[in-house]
Amino acid sequence: MMDIKDIVKEENLVYTKTKLMTDNILSYCPGCGHGTAHRIVMEVIDELGLQSQTVGIAPVGCSVLAYDFMNIDMIQAAHGRAPAVATGVKRTMPDKYVFTYQGDGDLAAIGTAETIHVCNRGENITMIFINNGIYGMTGGQMAPTTLEGMKTSTSPYGRDLKSMGNPLKITELIAQLPGTYYVTRQAVHTPAAVRKTKKAVFKAFEVQKEKKGISFIEIVSNCNSGWKMSPVKSNEWMVEHMFPFYPMGDIKVDGELVKSNKAEVKS
Amino acid sequence: MGELKLMKGNEAIAEAAIRAGVDAYFGYPITPQSEVIEYLMAEQPEERTGMVVLQAESELAAINMVYGAAAAGKKVFTSSSSPGISLYQEGISYIAGAELPCVIANVVRGGPGLGTIQPSQADYFQSTKGGGHGDYKLYVLAPASVQEMADFIQLGFDIAYKYRNPVMIQSDGMIGQMMEKVELADQRPRWTDEEIKQMHDSWAAFGKGDHRERNIITSLDLDSAKQEKHNHHLQAKYRRMEEEEVLFEEINCEDAEYLIVAYGSSARISMKSIDLARAKGIKAGLFRPITLYPFPMKQLNAYVGKVKGILSVEMSAGQLIEDIKLAVECNVPVKHFGRYGGMIHSPEEVLTALENLIKGE
Amino acid sequence: MAKVQGAIVVDTDRCKGCEVCIPACPTEVIGLANEVNGKGYHYAYMANPDACIGCANCAIVCPDGVISVYKVKKVA
Repeated sequence: MMDIKDIVKEENLVYTKTKLMTDNILSYCPGCGHGTAHRIVMEVIDELGLQSQTVGIAPVGCSVLAYDFMNIDMIQAAHGRAPAVATGVKRTMPDKYVFTYQGDGDLAAIGTAETIHVCNRGENITMIFINNGIYGMTGGQMAPTTLEGMKTSTSPYGRDLKSMGNPLKITELIAQLPGTYYVTRQAVHTPAAVRKTKKAVFKAFEVQKEKKGISFIEIVSNCNSGWKMSPVKSNEWMVEHMFPFYPMGDIKVDGELVKSNKAEVKS
Repeated sequence: MGELKLMKGNEAIAEAAIRAGVDAYFGYPITPQSEVIEYLMAEQPEERTGMVVLQAESELAAINMVYGAAAAGKKVFTSSSSPGISLYQEGISYIAGAELPCVIANVVRGGPGLGTIQPSQADYFQSTKGGGHGDYKLYVLAPASVQEMADFIQLGFDIAYKYRNPVMIQSDGMIGQMMEKVELADQRPRWTDEEIKQMHDSWAAFGKGDHRERNIITSLDLDSAKQEKHNHHLQAKYRRMEEEEVLFEEINCEDAEYLIVAYGSSARISMKSIDLARAKGIKAGLFRPITLYPFPMKQLNAYVGKVKGILSVEMSAGQLIEDIKLAVECNVPVKHFGRYGGMIHSPEEVLTALENLIKGE
Repeated sequence: MAKVQGAIVVDTDRCKGCEVCIPACPTEVIGLANEVNGKGYHYAYMANPDACIGCANCAIVCPDGVISVYKVKKVA
């Protein structure tokens, strides 16, 4: 056995946090998928060498402080308005890379109009959508994506579909629009899931480079504080309850709906 | 001399935006200002100068597109009318908080609510006292002619970039719709990316180079002490505007015993009223604020002890009058006159109101 | 016998003790320390260092990016 001191040397380093993540301590709860999702996006931008050409937009939600952590030029937007802000940036700087980083309340409730229309126009941007089925920042209220029966502080007896409406599959919805080119649903709870998500983010920036329209990546994630579980337990709960309703995988690739999803959208 | 054209106010402001080298216009149609975006779409400024024109899905989206383009250091213009400007307020508050330069035109119509499509000046409070949430000010220009609709675009951008602050051109349905001769400025080139980098590298978000820290466009600071400091900075900026950027016009004021204070359309109407008054032997003058914020406080206060009364004339139930009273510190009697809800007062109605003021009614 | 040997370095001051890295590790290297850091979290550490293969699974799922991974090929 080698001594640890002999292993821990600069030349043996195989993985460390990208320099595109700042050294600020993340404001997220322990075990929250936001940190992992942030790092994946920053790793891709770093590996593609796009730091100087990328503008990120994070609106209101837990990730409103994303600019404290992402070491690129960032714009903080009003609640739900990131797609409009991104349109303003991208239309005036069509050769720069622009992404939004939005939560479920932001993208699928207050900003639904902006989401639908940015996708319908096919702006050449990348949208990262964190879906944890709850409003984390304001303390665990019901989100548009909250599952049936799921307890939140504004659905304390569980989401009742009759009075509170149905969980919204906005990703399937926007995939129907001609302006979307690549639509996928991923997660960041396991090493394999992280690797797949990173591949998806790479593809999304490639699509943006080729100016083919919207690339949209939903990341189903945990909210252990909002769900009132330990981080590991919340990831297990997510696999058990969120994944059946929000299934993993590509929904639209190269502008074409993936077959399995075509069937699902109809049913 | 620049090119002369007969144009609507709405068309003139659109043409002036192209000629000022504006990078982008984002808007949503609403009467009585839809000609702005219609003119821009028809002109295809993308071909002329590379200027982007986009019809947004809503006013909420339009103002946030403005926020995005302005954040990138681009020269951006938008226009709407009262109900649409109400929807803009959230975005305007963010723009003011994040200190982004842009020019917004409000071609005011009668309210409240959906109101009417006829001219009004009832958005004075909204323009000058904040409008959205938080302590902020817009630099507010009030054109009284089609010529000023055109001229205030360049002036607006000069101020917007000098102070990194949103500028509001508060017009109304009368100035927007009426046709007049206008002398257009020559075409200015749009800023190149290199010029934008040189001018705005210290704050704009267009991509972080190795030579600097990342630029962050935000109005958020959860640390209240820092947020207060930011507010102090904003207030200092507004004080500087109040000192340096006040614009106003005085017509027949030298020997005036009575003043009419009016801006925009009401000022034009009142110009005729002071002629009618003088013909009757009343020494009347017109004081026209051109900047509604910063309001010409000191300049109007100079009339204390010189005039016997002031008539505030505006197409609203009485908003401008509050600033007039603040300016003269209750040392001169001030009365309000105005039609509103889309009605426009006649010069004769204004004269009658002035005569009533003189009679002490 | 593994052909490689790895090691992780945890930024213990920044670790939030969420334990997400623990099930991600294929060789059960990681445990939580009995001690707490300045924020009061039990931080992750190599409880079983000899088993580390430097696969970086722990680091890539770490939400706070506090794990650096080192790897050497073992000389036969």
